[in-house]
Amino acid sequence: MSADVHQLAQMLHELDDQMVSCMKCGLCQAVCPVFAETMSEGDVARGKIALLENLAKEMIQDPQGVQKKLNMCLLCGSCAANCPSGVKVLDIFLKARVIVNTYMGLPAAKKAIFQGLLTKPALFNSVLDVASKFQGVFTKTANEVIGSSCSRIQAPVIGERHFMPLAKKPLRKLEAPRNSRPGKSGYRIAFFPGCLIDKVYPQIGQAVLKIMEHHEVGVYMPAGQACCGIPALASGDKNSFDKLVACNVDVFEKENFDYLLTACATCTATMHEIWPLMSGNLPQSMQDRIAALATKVMDVNQFLVDVLKVEAPVAGTGTKVTYHDPCHLKKSMKVSEQPRLLLKTNPRVEFVEMADADRCCGCGGSFNLEHYTLSKEIGTRKRNDIVASEAQVVATGCPACMLQISDMLSQHHDKVAVKHVVELYAETL
Amino acid sequence: MISATLLATFQKLLGKENVMDSEADRHAYSYDAAVLDAVVPELVLRPTNSEQLGRTVALCNENKLPMTVRGAGTNLSGGTIPTKEHGVVILTNGLNKILEINEQDLYAVVEPGVVTAKFAAEVAKRGLFYPPDPGSQAVSTLGGNVAENAGGLRGLKYGVTKDYVMGVNFWNAEGEYVKSGGKTVKCVTGLNIAQLMVGSEGTLGVYDQIILKLVPPPVASKAMLAEFDDINKASETVAAIIANKIVPCTLELLDNATIKYVDDFTKAGLPRDAAAILLIEVDGGHVALVEDDAVKVLDICKKNGARHVQTAKDAAEKNKLWEARRNALPALARARPTTVLEDATVPRSQIPAMIKAINDIGSKYRLQIGTFGHAGDGNLHPTILTDRRDKEEFTRVEHAIDEIFDIALQLGGTLSGEHGIGIAKAKWLEKETSKATIIFSRRLKKAVDPEYLLNPGKIIGG
Ligand SMILES: Cc1cc2nc3c(=O)[nH]c(=O)nc-3n(C[C@H](O)[C@H](O)[C@H](O)COP(=O)(O)OP(=O)(O)OC[C@H]3O[C@@H](n4cnc5c(N)ncnc54)[C@H](O)[C@@H]3O)c2cc1C
Ligand code: SF4
Ligand code: SF4
Repeated sequence: MSADVHQLAQMLHELDDQMVSCMKCGLCQAVCPVFAETMSEGDVARGKIALLENLAKEMIQDPQGVQKKLNMCLLCGSCAANCPSGVKVLDIFLKARVIVNTYMGLPAAKKAIFQGLLTKPALFNSVLDVASKFQGVFTKTANEVIGSSCSRIQAPVIGERHFMPLAKKPLRKLEAPRNSRPGKSGYRIAFFPGCLIDKVYPQIGQAVLKIMEHHEVGVYMPAGQACCGIPALASGDKNSFDKLVACNVDVFEKENFDYLLTACATCTATMHEIWPLMSGNLPQSMQDRIAALATKVMDVNQFLVDVLKVEAPVAGTGTKVTYHDPCHLKKSMKVSEQPRLLLKTNPRVEFVEMADADRCCGCGGSFNLEHYTLSKEIGTRKRNDIVASEAQVVATGCPACMLQISDMLSQHHDKVAVKHVVELYAETL
Repeated sequence: MISATLLATFQKLLGKENVMDSEADRHAYSYDAAVLDAVVPELVLRPTNSEQLGRTVALCNENKLPMTVRGAGTNLSGGTIPTKEHGVVILTNGLNKILEINEQDLYAVVEPGVVTAKFAAEVAKRGLFYPPDPGSQAVSTLGGNVAENAGGLRGLKYGVTKDYVMGVNFWNAEGEYVKSGGKTVKCVTGLNIAQLMVGSEGTLGVYDQIILKLVPPPVASKAMLAEFDDINKASETVAAIIANKIVPCTLELLDNATIKYVDDFTKAGLPRDAAAILLIEVDGGHVALVEDDAVKVLDICKKNGARHVQTAKDAAEKNKLWEARRNALPALARARPTTVLEDATVPRSQIPAMIKAINDIGSKYRLQIGTFGHAGDGNLHPTILTDRRDKEEFTRVEHAIDEIFDIALQLGGTLSGEHGIGIAKAKWLEKETSKATIIFSRRLKKAVDPEYLLNPGKIIGG
């Protein structure tokens, strides 16, 4: 055992108290979307925890093998939500990724993106603005109903994907920063659109702003927001993550508001749960600032139903709409009834439930980039359930899920539109 | 070391992706749900059809490699922990097809890796019923269920896995095909080898196909929850229900400690001062009959001193009554880092004596123990809550387990109602049986597996 691996093992001891609560019952095999495809114990939570434990005990010589298994994970939290022992699986995996990936070093490409681009919001935004103007040259429209594109030429990352194009104009350019007072609702929110809504789905952001205006909710939407940080953290880059969190804390602290809303399930879960979770090594004052902001973070569906008390009057008829539960909304934030209720407010919508609505779509952020074949197998199951429901529209609460579901439906030439719940709700106002 | 040639032979037979020899993969198959030390196998193999399974066994035999078959790895007795030297793990999750569900003749033929709950759901879709329902059914395999003779909540009325095994076709130690039992209700052709295979924990042969009996499902059910301030009253209630010739499909008991743990966890407002609660469910082929039974059970509960009985009016209420039982393990498991789930079983009349003894042992060794289980068949799950990293405390746990077994045997019970012997309980086997029993079993083993290659060390040691 090299001295280095000994050091890695020492660092992993930090996770001991959390890992020991895994009783190795194996029940996570029932719900892990990756395991359902690979049937390999090293891919399920029990196996990954056992590998980390053995690495910590220095019984394993090759940390790379463990790292590979650790990255073979959607971070969907299905295992944690179903675990009889209440093991905080996501906490363990995120912290382990930071420890193991820091030890092993980040791949150069990721380093360039996270450290050179993502942590510099202004630069990141302008690069993508340029990209959006040229993307038509390389891509062609694949599916009119969904609005997806595929690659005209063989591009290394795009491959066979049917991806959503970057918006012609990001939300930032369509809607000016604002800072309005509450109207008769009495509430004031801050709005965090997040990268995907800003750059790919600005219409979702516009729907949120329209809804807030309708309900007379004051909105603080500052310029200079950064990514929530999860792509960096999931790759183990804690430094970039900390920078992004700090950047957002600076921006949002400037004003007072009741809730910090997002329409992205992944951003919500990250800011609400993972920001405080990962702040332990920061100065106490920073921890307090992060905690103060994190407690205000709320999903937009939850805000509308639980706080504004929006109600669904009667069952609608017309377009059949089904709903996909984003893992980070249902399993992390325990929000699942609210979006369904919002869909039912639309009199032109007939709500239909699909089978296994809360099964992961297989996106998992960078998992999709690194394990596309597997991601597609998992996504195809979701696609099959959507199609079987006979819905014309699939609604959900996370733009990352929307990307994945659009890709799957588009590749199968399905004429099913993919929307965010707030888009359908905004239609009724 | 396994030679490169042999590795190549396995790869050719099974496909590269089904021959796992990387350190990470091997470590992921070194444990199961038992609280025991892991043993890392040298090789992990995943056959995906019957012929491959047979060839895999034959090749292991030729090369003198001890094989441990693994389903979902949820057994609680170390049955899938491989052998220390050159251990090979053979996975059955690539053999997961339901080959036939026969609605006329009420049987099904399955491969060993079919997941129990998936099978039960397929059977239910056809209007039939496969009753054995171990708590792990969402992931456990039918092969694992047969090899452990798994029980479940419905044991009292519907029996356990062995009562549904009509036939087992398996590969023997040399990789030759042995057929036993069949698809007919009556079948006396040859020795009753199928039942010998039940509960054999992979020590006598490797199942390839299992023929399972199916039954018509009940059409109605009714659930009740009864509270007692004296555990003896709960036990007398159980006896009285059965004496009245009513056999509930579920008769679950939670002791006072478990009630408190569940209430701490769910905040559902359970009766924290109750000595025990019984969850009783009656079912049957006729709505009126079930209603009748439910009224009788209610009456018996009251007569035998239940201080409060709730009856579920509909499915939603029934679901709510089940809440406490469903949360028993989750609540206990969360209380401390390590959960030792035992399954000492006594004749049902001895339940109060057994629970008292368990609680005395808990105080003697200063341990937290919650007990719940299947009151109808005396199968209790004393669950010890501990931290295996605390060596001193864990030594006390081991002493406590020894004493729990001693008491169970003194009360006319058994070491294990359903979790199997594996390596965890092998050392106690002689105490419950006799020296001659062990010798007889070893001779049997030696006759069918002379090289001791089929899951050696399990059940009968050696
Ligand atoms: C949370 C939890 C709840 C549980 N509840 C119950 C319960 O209510 N009732 C109960 O009885 N048990 C229960 N168990 C124990 C366990 O789930 C059962 O013993 C189950 O039958 C094991 O199935 P498996 O597929 O996981 O088998 P494994 O653990 O993989 O294997 C068990 C044994 O079967 C052998 N085996 C597997 N496949 C074959 C084959 N094809 N040929 C020959 N041998 C084979 C293995 O070698 C091993 O010895 C529980 C376990 C847990 C973790
Ligand atoms: S379900 Fe939870 S306790 Fe059980 S093996 Fe998986 S992570 Fe561990
Ligand atoms: S987070 Fe999701 S993908 Fe990862 S181990 Fe858990 S269930 Fe599997």
